Amino acid sequence: MLLSVENLTKRYLSGSRQTTALDDVSFTLGKGETLGLAGVSGSGKSTLARVLLRLVPADTGKVHFEGEDWLTLSGASLRRRRARMQMVFQDVLAAFNPRATVGSVLDDPLRIHSGKRARDRKQDVATLLDRVGLPTGFADRSIREISGGQRQRVAIARAIATRPSLIVLDEAVSALDVSIRETILELLVELQQERGISYLFISHDLAVLRAVSHRIAVMDAGRIVETGAASQIIDRPQSPAARALIAAVPRLVTDAR
Amino acid sequence: MTLLRQTIGTGEGAIGAAILSLLILIAVFASVLCPGDPLNIAGPPLTPPFTQGSLPLGTDSLGRDLLAGVVHGTRTSLSVGLAAAAAAMAFGVCIGLAAGFSGGIVDEALMRLVDAFQIVPGFLLALAFVSVAGSSAHVIVIAIALGAWAGPARLMRAQVLSIREREYVAAARVIGAGPAEIVFKEILPNALPPVLSLSAIIVAAAILTESALSFLGLSDPNVVTWGSMMSEGRNVLRSATWLSIFPGLALLTTVIGIYLLGEGVTKAIGRGRPGS
Ligand SMILES: Nc1ncnc2c1ncn2[C@@H]1O[C@H](COP(=O)(O)OP(=O)(O)O)[C@@H](O)[C@H]1O
Ligand SMILES: [Mg+2]
Repeated sequence: MLLSVENLTKRYLSGSRQTTALDDVSFTLGKGETLGLAGVSGSGKSTLARVLLRLVPADTGKVHFEGEDWLTLSGASLRRRRARMQMVFQDVLAAFNPRATVGSVLDDPLRIHSGKRARDRKQDVATLLDRVGLPTGFADRSIREISGGQRQRVAIARAIATRPSLIVLDEAVSALDVSIRETILELLVELQQERGISYLFISHDLAVLRAVSHRIAVMDAGRIVETGAASQIIDRPQSPAARALIAAVPRLVTDAR
Repeated sequence: MTLLRQTIGTGEGAIGAAILSLLILIAVFASVLCPGDPLNIAGPPLTPPFTQGSLPLGTDSLGRDLLAGVVHGTRTSLSVGLAAAAAAMAFGVCIGLAAGFSGGIVDEALMRLVDAFQIVPGFLLALAFVSVAGSSAHVIVIAIALGAWAGPARLMRAQVLSIREREYVAAARVIGAGPAEIVFKEILPNALPPVLSLSAIIVAAAILTESALSFLGLSDPNVVTWGSMMSEGRNVLRSATWLSIFPGLALLTTVIGIYLLGEGVTKAIGRGRPGS
């Protein structure tokens, strides 16, 4: 098992109000597998991503990733291991330093992890751009002057730069036009087949999840209420949360009939 | 460079930049424009202005050339003002960055210090410091900076607190960037611009404080300053008004020039602002 998550709990205290963003969450993810994580807004999906990426601490629970006790890593050893688990953020603009160029965005992870000299890294940046379907001349462009779809390709290139075994994608295509969305999903599937990467694919949109997921887990109010094969969740949903998500995607209902 | 061009593109920026360039040229070439020590006697005392070709602005009660005083005073005002503002800015930015990034008890302690310095009027602080530590150029710079760093520190902290929560900072952590890289590459460059836009006000205030200190006689007696010239002119204000007017006009022009340039820069930044 590449990733196994056991009994994760996370509460946020804002003033006197307490939100249980993660409530006893457990699941596993195999190598080369895509687990779709569905759930309405506020159900705790992003919190799970942030806990996994060690951006916020969990209250209780364990995470095993590549055979290591992932939540107890710290300092330099955590930073080194981060190469293995990457993330694609929801907001395609906010996830980049406004001063960055496409080239510097892709060079950063290579500089931190590859130990290569600047000249050799330039070649690697070009290879990455090419892999995600962008012209190599893009390296000199400012991150602000390219389109949303191109920016998301850069985000994917950044995520694969360190050759991770797991990428967490938080609503990675939700902000994109439907036509662009398709090509990005195709790119992700290709990369998975080529490199055996596992995805935790977060989305509120079951139609997107069905296109890429092997299994789907449904979250509601911080809990995973249902897990199963993608087709099983969509054809025979058991939980009210899953049924509500299906009802929210009209073309899914018609497709299923 | 583009910022400079955009700044000059605004009306205020162009006027401010012109005034300041002129003042800087005067400060740099003071010894060429008015050679010799401006504190030396150059002619009969209290020569009125525009009466003698070699002494266009006249002389003071000791017979010193007023034009030489104003010209050399430009050098003192600008250098002390800029040095004090730079010191205040650098110190404030460091404190604000440390407070915002470390949080917790360090933040709490630093911010109480900022409060303490913001409550005491900057001029009183400078006055007290100079009275205790003497009035050499270094002490005056530090004294003025002491009263000016708290504002930039507070703004810097607020900026850091906001920017450290941005998604791109999370993205930098995800790729394994260390704390130093995150502070100096991700947070600092994006937090700095609004803080830097305080510069104009701080430089102008520093120049005014310097003049006020020297008006009270708290400046290096071997250097001409506009403040000390005005102070001497005060004794003969009725009979020889020009002694106070010319250094006063110089001070006014400088402060207005700095404000206008500051306005121009702020406008230019606002126009060319990248989506953040
Ligand atoms: N930093 C935070 N402080 C306080 N509450 C938060 C914070 N982040 C998320 N929450 C709360 O946690 C819950 C789960 O949020 P989130 O994980 O963002 O859900 P999702 O990604 O599924 O929309 C929500 O109720 C949200 O308001
Ligand atoms: Mg979310």
